[in-house]
Amino acid sequence: MPDAPGTDRLEEIRRAGESAIAGARSAAELEELRVRYLGRKAELTGVLRSIKDLPPERRGPVGQAANAVRTALEQRLEQRGRELEAAELERSLAEDRVDVTLPGDPARPPGHLHLISATRREIEDIFIGLGFSVVEGPEVELDFYNFTALNHPPGHPARMLQDTFYFSPEVLLRTHTSPMQTRSMEQQSPPIYIVVPGKTYRRDSDATHTPMFHQVEGLAIDEDITLADLQGVLLEFAREMFGRERRARLRPHYFPFTEPSVELDIDCFNCGGSGRLQDASRDPLCKGSGWIEILGAGMVDPNVLGFVEDMGYDNERVQGFAFGMGIERIAFLKHGVPDLRLFFENDLRFLEQFG
Amino acid sequence: MRVPLSWLRSYCDPGLSAEELAERLNMTGTEVVRVERVGVGDPARFVVGKVLSAERHPNADRLRVCEVDAGDGPRTIVCGAPNVAAGQTVAVALPGAVMPDGQALGEATLRGVRSSGMILAEDEVGIGGDHAGIMVLPDELPPGAPLAEHLPIADEVLEAEITPNRPDCLGVYGIAREVHAVTGAELAPDPTLEDAQPAGDDDVQQHVSIEIDPEVCLRFTARAFEGVRIGPSPLWLKQRLMAAGQRPISNVVDVTNYVMLLTGQPLHAFDLDAVRGGRISVRRAEPGERLTTLDGVERELDPSMAVICDAEGTTSLAGIMGGQVSEVSDGTTRVLMEAATWVGRNILETSKRLGLRSEASARFEKQLHPDQAAAAQRLAARLMVEICGARLVPGTIDLYPSPLPERVVRLRHARVRKLLGEDIPEQEIVRILVSLGFEVQPSSAADGVAWEVTVPGFRDSDVQREADLIEEVARVYGLEKLPTTLPARKGGAAALTRAQRVRRRAEDALRDRGLSEIVAWSFTSPAALERARLGDVPVLRLENPLSEEQSVMRPLLLPGLLDSARHNTARGRPGLALFESAHVYRPSGPLTGVHDESGRVPRGAVPASERHHIGAVMTEAVPGSWRRAPEPADFFAVKGVLAGVLDSLRVEWRVEPAERPFLHPGRAASVVAGADERKLGWVGELHPLVARAWDLERVAAFEIDADLLAELVPERLRHRETGAFPAVVQDLAVVVAEDVPADQVRAAVAAGGGELLERIEVFDVYRGEQVGPGRKSLALRLEFRAPDRTLTDAEVAERRAAIERELAPIGGRLRG
Repeated sequence: MPDAPGTDRLEEIRRAGESAIAGARSAAELEELRVRYLGRKAELTGVLRSIKDLPPERRGPVGQAANAVRTALEQRLEQRGRELEAAELERSLAEDRVDVTLPGDPARPPGHLHLISATRREIEDIFIGLGFSVVEGPEVELDFYNFTALNHPPGHPARMLQDTFYFSPEVLLRTHTSPMQTRSMEQQSPPIYIVVPGKTYRRDSDATHTPMFHQVEGLAIDEDITLADLQGVLLEFAREMFGRERRARLRPHYFPFTEPSVELDIDCFNCGGSGRLQDASRDPLCKGSGWIEILGAGMVDPNVLGFVEDMGYDNERVQGFAFGMGIERIAFLKHGVPDLRLFFENDLRFLEQFG
Repeated sequence: MRVPLSWLRSYCDPGLSAEELAERLNMTGTEVVRVERVGVGDPARFVVGKVLSAERHPNADRLRVCEVDAGDGPRTIVCGAPNVAAGQTVAVALPGAVMPDGQALGEATLRGVRSSGMILAEDEVGIGGDHAGIMVLPDELPPGAPLAEHLPIADEVLEAEITPNRPDCLGVYGIAREVHAVTGAELAPDPTLEDAQPAGDDDVQQHVSIEIDPEVCLRFTARAFEGVRIGPSPLWLKQRLMAAGQRPISNVVDVTNYVMLLTGQPLHAFDLDAVRGGRISVRRAEPGERLTTLDGVERELDPSMAVICDAEGTTSLAGIMGGQVSEVSDGTTRVLMEAATWVGRNILETSKRLGLRSEASARFEKQLHPDQAAAAQRLAARLMVEICGARLVPGTIDLYPSPLPERVVRLRHARVRKLLGEDIPEQEIVRILVSLGFEVQPSSAADGVAWEVTVPGFRDSDVQREADLIEEVARVYGLEKLPTTLPARKGGAAALTRAQRVRRRAEDALRDRGLSEIVAWSFTSPAALERARLGDVPVLRLENPLSEEQSVMRPLLLPGLLDSARHNTARGRPGLALFESAHVYRPSGPLTGVHDESGRVPRGAVPASERHHIGAVMTEAVPGSWRRAPEPADFFAVKGVLAGVLDSLRVEWRVEPAERPFLHPGRAASVVAGADERKLGWVGELHPLVARAWDLERVAAFEIDADLLAELVPERLRHRETGAFPAVVQDLAVVVAEDVPADQVRAAVAAGGGELLERIEVFDVYRGEQVGPGRKSLALRLEFRAPDRTLTDAEVAERRAAIERELAPIGGRLRG
């Protein structure tokens, strides 16, 4: 049986092992060292195995010393293993390096809402905030709802204002969203607060007219709605849409289905209301007036209410206002779209700029 | 309406500049769209001159060399007018003068003679149309005097857009009345009040007899004039007509135009000698009757139209345009002046039907008041006497079978406040109404002060009710003085409806998946529908389309989407993904006979079937990049997009194979949704012939009914136990015949899996040697879970056996 090594020898094994472990360059080399120093055939393992053969008084000191060496080597192996692993990862990551300046994958770039839709939603949301519900109605409309019920009886000169598409003498494409005033009041007794977005049509096609366009109608009928309230509601709308600093003014006008009738102007945001640009030239947007017309409105004509009197629209008891605006006009003013026809060309280079 | 300022100011002059006046009118309801300057530039270079001598030009037969005193000694002016002569007082433009066309006059040498100035003809300063010779002015004018003091050579014109309710403002005096009301400046007396003195002891009845049809003519007045001397009108009159946009013709015709432009009432002058049989009758046209109007066009008439005839035939289209038969000419000496009141609606309809509008019809169609005809006769008579040297034959033929009663409207002070939200003082209300020509009598109402307001004839068509009077008060009082308030709203909260929310979410889902929204025309063409193999679909056809391209209403969104796809492809955009959200239209019932005799319809009637659709076309599923080729869109790509929409809305749906003429027969499906299996729309690849008709290659598309979709979206989502116990996941490979759809396999598996089977997902489809020809293997991933326990292997094995049994009837077996 071999003689038990002295603590000196154990210390040598420890030092040699530690130095070899520190010098290991790879996981495989490290494994080799583990076998060499801690494996079954290792000297240290032999020492530990032979402890039982030592005289009892030596077993304690030798066992303790050998175990200490084993623990130390195991710790060094583990530590070195982690170091090597980290270095390995570092190296493989370095090899994985990409040119981060190349474009990212255009997996599914988001699309766009049409500017008319986006603007329509914006208008709807403002009026919802002001307490108006959104209703919609047919575009193929009856003469009665488009004209007669809106105080344009047959032969009324105001019918000349709108060039109308007809399917028959009685059926037409609505020329405004206003038919929904009567249709809605037929369905709902006062109070009523609604806006009506939708497509409208006039038989007209040039730089400033398209045969199809979009409007938002508004109607508020209650016991004590005044022209001053109309001014207030429309001013709120204009400020939400075009900026809190906007000023608005009402100007008398004529529509057959409102009395009094007005148009709403807002102060021009292009020139700040001065009518002049910075270089003192005339502002083309407001044509030098400092004001921009944005919609028509008025107090609902008693004749219009007369068609739905049975639903509680008694002219002596309730009154209200109506207004109508062009969505294209609002969008055109807000976003500086130069030509109405761009809205319907559906060129992606246009569509992608909005929504 | 062109309103020459000098003319306007002769009736009411508020001392404002043209721009200030325009602004004031704009803010009170008369829209002035433009202020135009007419005539010469700076009037300072235009003076009175005396022709001292006029000699023949040494080198030109037609030119004269004149010595002219223009206030600063003699100057030489070469003149080409035949009528220039020594001793005349003339109008002279000095070098540097700016002519109406903007040209500056310089000194010039004409055939060797230096000319410093120009002797003017009336057309050269924009006050008439005559270029036959120079103007010869009254001798008392001193040389060098500013020409503008004696001739209207420079003016400003307000271009006003008059709304159809204000025919009175289609006359200068009507505008003057507005100016008076809104500025407070004094208004000159109504020029129609004073009449001319008739002469002679005959009577108009001896010269002509007239009868009318009261259904088309409310009033017909006529006066006769004899000894008429046809000639040019005086310069002041010509200038007013010119500035108002009317070409001077001859004094008699000019008088009719002048009176119309001043009062708004059109007149017509007949050559009385050309009125055959001395008889005029107003009647409805015969069916198929033909008339050549003054514009030289022969027109076919029908019995809805009113005509004026003499003993031998039709001479004019009443209220719209005269005919050639009895036109006033240079040889006319006897004139019959007509001022009538027509039924506005009838004029409007006739004018629309014939496509013929005139200055007269534009006024008559707005319903003039019969009082205006008589007023216009008075003013015209004065001018006929003064300007045309005529004798007014005593008497007026006045056929006015049903005189209109005076209109009196009650106005309550409390009502003004209630409608406007502003307390306008009583005396201010009265002042405004009186200034506009209303007569106001105090009265009272239960809730305070009221007035009985008499409406003048010229406002009768517009002011008939209390609200109309309140509008008059409001606009003149000034809308800018109204307070700004918000309604004291008593209703409930406002929100989008479910259908509107669903639509927005669907649109957003498509947008977020990379599709861009388009807005295409609601119109399409029969040819486009034919190209889309939709030729058999019933459509609504317009009676008066702008073009054949836009002549029918689209029954589907697809053609518009394809148009947009082609537009963008042609501009070099390869991969497209577009959608639209809009109405489509189908006929649904009769297009006539809906209205009853009073023009009403059954409440809520709709004339056509309109649905809101959402449609999409895609040519590319995923765009390419530097490391990946673009992925073209096919059936599954577009179905995936549709799934994204429907699943995000939690609609239960499935597709079933279905053919549509415009879809690829093997790659087309109906979308079926909801518990009762409603047809929501279609999804598929377009038929190659359709794609090719739009110059496109493979196009995948879908279109669904958004109105129906909204009905199918669950109103409220209920919580479902997620289950605390683990799921058992099993993969199955099911081999079936090629023609067994995956949905059928899925249904069999679901039936066999029972309640414990929580999820089925198809994750692979294999065809090849291992399953044999004509068969395919679907790889399914199944998730079993029980709500109350962990499943045992035995339980799952039992389910698997049940699945196997369920698959047997469709010829399916498990593989591996």
